[in-house]
Amino acid sequence: MKQEGQPETVPASPVRSHQSALAQRKRLRQIVIPYMFLLPFLILFVLFLVLPLAYAFWLSIFEERLVGGSTFVGAENYLRAFQDGLFWAGIRRMVTFGVFQIPLMLGLALVFALVLDSGLVWFRSVFRLGFFLPYAVPSVVAALIWGYLYGPTFGPFTQIAHYLSVPPPNFLSERWMLASIANIVTWTFAGYNMIILYAALQAIPSELRDAGAVDGARAWQIALYIKIPLITPALLLTCIFSIIGTLQLFTEPRILRALAPGVIVDSYTPNLFAWNLAFTNQQYNYSAAVSFVLGAVVVVGSYIFMLATNRGRISR
Amino acid sequence: MRREFTRRDFLKMSGAGLAGASLLGGAACGGSTGGGPVELTFWSWVPDIINEVKLFEEAHPDIKIKYVNAGQGQTEYTKLRTAIKSGSGAPDVVQIEFQFIETFRQLDALVDLAEHGANDVKGDFVPWTWGQVSEGSSVYAIPQDSGPMGLLYRKDIFDEYGLTVPKTWAEFEEQARKLKEANPDIYMSDFLADGGWFNGLMWQAGSRPFELSGAKLWVNMNDPEAVKVAEYWGRLVDDGLVGTKPPFTNEWYTALSNGTYASWITAAWGPVFLAGIAGKSKGKWRAAPLPQWSAGENVSANWGGSTSAVINQSDYPEEATQFAIWLNHNSESAKMLAEKSFLFPTLNSLLYSDEFKNQTDPFYGGQKVNSVFIQSSGEVDKGFQWSPFQDYVYTQMQEQLQAAADGKVSFSQVMDDLNSDITNYAKSQGFKVQ
Repeated sequence: MKQEGQPETVPASPVRSHQSALAQRKRLRQIVIPYMFLLPFLILFVLFLVLPLAYAFWLSIFEERLVGGSTFVGAENYLRAFQDGLFWAGIRRMVTFGVFQIPLMLGLALVFALVLDSGLVWFRSVFRLGFFLPYAVPSVVAALIWGYLYGPTFGPFTQIAHYLSVPPPNFLSERWMLASIANIVTWTFAGYNMIILYAALQAIPSELRDAGAVDGARAWQIALYIKIPLITPALLLTCIFSIIGTLQLFTEPRILRALAPGVIVDSYTPNLFAWNLAFTNQQYNYSAAVSFVLGAVVVVGSYIFMLATNRGRISR
Repeated sequence: MRREFTRRDFLKMSGAGLAGASLLGGAACGGSTGGGPVELTFWSWVPDIINEVKLFEEAHPDIKIKYVNAGQGQTEYTKLRTAIKSGSGAPDVVQIEFQFIETFRQLDALVDLAEHGANDVKGDFVPWTWGQVSEGSSVYAIPQDSGPMGLLYRKDIFDEYGLTVPKTWAEFEEQARKLKEANPDIYMSDFLADGGWFNGLMWQAGSRPFELSGAKLWVNMNDPEAVKVAEYWGRLVDDGLVGTKPPFTNEWYTALSNGTYASWITAAWGPVFLAGIAGKSKGKWRAAPLPQWSAGENVSANWGGSTSAVINQSDYPEEATQFAIWLNHNSESAKMLAEKSFLFPTLNSLLYSDEFKNQTDPFYGGQKVNSVFIQSSGEVDKGFQWSPFQDYVYTQMQEQLQAAADGKVSFSQVMDDLNSDITNYAKSQGFKVQ
């Protein structure tokens, strides 16, 4: 803090008003300057988030037809979205997906992070990089690679199955499609979440670990009773991100559609549905409404999750 | 040493920022205003078309063309539609496939080229292609290349199993059964759950799924001819006579290349395409006309092919029309498109030229492949119309046909489902469906 160089005594009148004017300007500047630093972000935020959202909302209360132009329809698009079987089928599909995939992926991420943190493994940074590498692969490329691997006639897994005289699994069939996509998503994001959890583990003071070791706790006990409870906030963070990401799943189904157009319908996931409504069906208004309803579902889902996990915690 | 951030500093900063922004803005819009050369933007995905563009610029020094590859097919159409909807950013001249002209006409985006002299070249193009791009005396695009359909087959497989080249669909089925008995691991062909492919077959059979007049739309996806085609292929799929792999995927290329399919029902762009993806089977393929529904008939259909259209956002519709016509009508340009980019010509003088007719291809054992497709081009049934929302139709067809191929729904049911689906969609878009 800058030292106040003004004397304690009250100066004479004109000097005093000059000083207080200076002080006022300085206070004003101190209030304004932080906002000026934020200004670039705020401009981008308004331009690329607030305005498009407002435009999308505006779109969603109209209906534009190829014949007949645009008419105001109020909440009709939203009512239609709430009653749309295809949309809710997509939501149900994503919830099923999430219920199995998220615990699996975060479990893996947690195990990897704990193992790396325990110091029992050599070449830690190699493993860290290795687990993280799939995330660095652009998701389109990843989906293409896996699409090739999943090939029902010429893909490597099928060829191995032939070699072992085992019936080849049909990864791209209706039955296994969700699991195949879950595999791609887990492969991509386990490392990413592991990094977050690993960083949280690094923040645990080593005294606690040492105390545990002194008390005779073995490595897995330290992990279970000391480390995991202390990184709960990071775990919750990764969980929320995963829930939001799952409900917005888009890239993998879109790429795999070319390989299995009979399985991945254009409403396979809610996000894909909204995209197809806009760019294939030219139903921009309904697409906007569907997007908002999807956003609402994400918000509700996140909120429920936060509530559920806060119940057991000490409230601030 | 800290000093206070004064008002002067703030003004300096924002001044610099504004100056910088205006510099960037100024540099970006290099467009000409009054007096300078005309600059046109041209979107196309034809490989090497930049050469024709340069040729045009040499011949017309007062017109500059900015060539942009905005993606192939649907990728480009999505960008085009966004630009049209937003009112700016659309190119002057753009490549649009035949089946999508109606779709973009519906958006009131295409300039009537007849106003700038397009009808002068009407007689030089293959009649059915001109019919596809025009209505009455209005012309909405200039035909560039076409895809009259035919059959590419593996001579070595046919010889090995004693198959004859089928002239009718009944023969095709018969040969398919013969092949299946002899070797259950390979198929006569692949059923493609592709909107364009299946549409072509419907077209050949005489189906007319769409007719548009203003806001009145006739939807007949399940007319008797379409159902006939669907049930025929349903039989072939159910009896395991044809494969059901989705086309244009790695697995499909491999299957074509290694002899899993003895034939491919395709279009005039197929021979070059096949040579590109099935290199291993060089010399083993031959071309033949498309099988007919009745012996002795000579009806063909079209799958694919593009045109050059002018978007009405253009500041220079006259020059844009000039370029669109020149690109596809100038003999040197058209010849380059056919020879270097392997586009199947729509220009009569090129299509029926001896040089083009007699071209041999080693991939096809030295056969004059072009002559097969030239004949097909002459037999394409006129009068086929497209819907004004063809991407929706194609997507639904792809989904439903693959579902039928996977056994989830019967083929005869598919056409009815498609019909009601498209009818509902058309109604929701405001068309008066008849």
